[in-house]
Amino acid sequence: MNGPAIAMMIVSMLVIWGGLGLAVLNLTRFRGAEPEETIRDL
Amino acid sequence: MARQDPVTATAPAEQAHRGAFSSRKVFILAAIGSAVGLGNIWRFPYVAYENGGGTFVIPYLVALVCAGLPFLLLDYAIGHRYRGSAPLSFRRMSRTGEVLGWWQVGICAVIAVYYAVIIAWAVRYTGFSVTNAWGADPNGFFFGDFLQVAEPGVGLDVVPGVLVPLALVWVAVLVILWLGVQRGIGAASVVFIPLMVVAFLALVVRALFLPGAAQGLEALFTPDWAALGETGVWAAAFGQIFFSLSVGFGIMITYSSYVGRRTDMTGSGLVVGFSNSGFELLAGIGVFAALGFMAQAAGVGVDEVATSGLGLAFIAFPAIISEAPAGTLIGVLFFGTLVLAGLTSLISVVEVVISGVRDKLDLSRTAATLVVVVPAATISVLLFATTTGVPILDTVDHFINRFGILLVAVVTVVLVAWVYRALPDLRAHLNVTTSFPLGRWWIVLVGGLIPFVLTFVLVQEVRDVLAAPYGGYPDWLVTFLGWGTALAVVLVAVVATLLPWSSRTPLDPPEPLTAAAGSRTDTEADR
Repeated sequence: MNGPAIAMMIVSMLVIWGGLGLAVLNLTRFRGAEPEETIRDL
Repeated sequence: MARQDPVTATAPAEQAHRGAFSSRKVFILAAIGSAVGLGNIWRFPYVAYENGGGTFVIPYLVALVCAGLPFLLLDYAIGHRYRGSAPLSFRRMSRTGEVLGWWQVGICAVIAVYYAVIIAWAVRYTGFSVTNAWGADPNGFFFGDFLQVAEPGVGLDVVPGVLVPLALVWVAVLVILWLGVQRGIGAASVVFIPLMVVAFLALVVRALFLPGAAQGLEALFTPDWAALGETGVWAAAFGQIFFSLSVGFGIMITYSSYVGRRTDMTGSGLVVGFSNSGFELLAGIGVFAALGFMAQAAGVGVDEVATSGLGLAFIAFPAIISEAPAGTLIGVLFFGTLVLAGLTSLISVVEVVISGVRDKLDLSRTAATLVVVVPAATISVLLFATTTGVPILDTVDHFINRFGILLVAVVTVVLVAWVYRALPDLRAHLNVTTSFPLGRWWIVLVGGLIPFVLTFVLVQEVRDVLAAPYGGYPDWLVTFLGWGTALAVVLVAVVATLLPWSSRTPLDPPEPLTAAAGSRTDTEADR
């Protein structure tokens, strides 16, 4: 693979999968007011 | 009567009656299951490759953040605020809005009948992977031996090799949807989505170790900076995001109506949106690593083997499976993933129809499931398990995507934003319980950018279709099954709108949530 392709692959992974990680982190840190019966499974 | 889940039995009466997801996590998994479909695996990689390679990620991310996620949150807001299927939610938003909901329901009904047959093909190909049934000619095997494709037309020569798996797919859909929102859709999502991700991860790891994989990844990610100046590339990015996220045709409205009133929808939407894109990127890596192997084995460039859609799944991949070490494993993982991705999307599409029928007629889940699934399965078999199924599928899919999904999305955002002026109310609703507050920028994006961009994409599609008969098919086929299907959906929507609602279905919008009502005391009272 050439350098620009490797760079773009890494950037794509960081931005998209990093965005997913941040979204999950944001969700788990928010405790809000979700009723308990809706968070008790899983 | 519909069965009740123990978990929802204590929920508010409306939720207990309609069904509900037992948790935010189940809802998120179900929404991911709906969004991640066949297009993620067989469309995204080629669209990215064709539209700038590595640089495609820039317009793609802009489209995701500026249009995809805001539109997803619009759907969530409508279903969550108005607590109903698409027709009921729009009816509660405005007396004249109901037809939008039935238009979306009609589109889902059309998609369901042909989408199921592709899953049925994938079921058969999972088995074929073990024996390499296609031999040395995957193309001839697929269209000849397997599908027995005849001249374009409408015939009733059933292909038993398609009929049996298609019947199995519909039985699975029937059982899952009959079980209900949590025990059916929720439970299936909790099992299928992790399984699908693990299977596809295993496929990607295997593909990355194939000789030539780096060649494929280089073709996918080498940036073409000049592509950023082409409007077609930006339109492709917005189109990919729009079709991939399953927004604008009732699915997310329906699913979000099954979520607890105090659930954080914006945070959930971010996870769903990025999960969908994350899976697409994974698919791009896996598919192009495998195509790189295929190109090296054939001694040609990746550009000569790169393809998408049916050609990628049922012709290119079988060739890869035949040539690659441990090809059977690749085949089972690839087609197994297609089955899981397709099935979770199919149940979401059919649920839109069931939910609409249930709300309108106040039917039990069992009755509504039978009323919807049995006719859909029958039409699916009669039209698509035959020797003339492929041209019909191709034509209907093309037209219902462009002049069904895309058109109804444009009309919906214009009406909601500019005629019903519902965006401030919907934004306030989402912001009552949120981990990611929406500013006025959301209204600007939904009311301004999204209709503008989607209209641009739609106009391009109309121009392309008018320039030449789609797919080289006969005019009568394109006219009746292409344009005719798109128009018939609108007419059916009008008729469904004119039918009276059950007297037991409340048509008044639910009381809006307030910040004060979000206190712990009120939350506990919600249980």
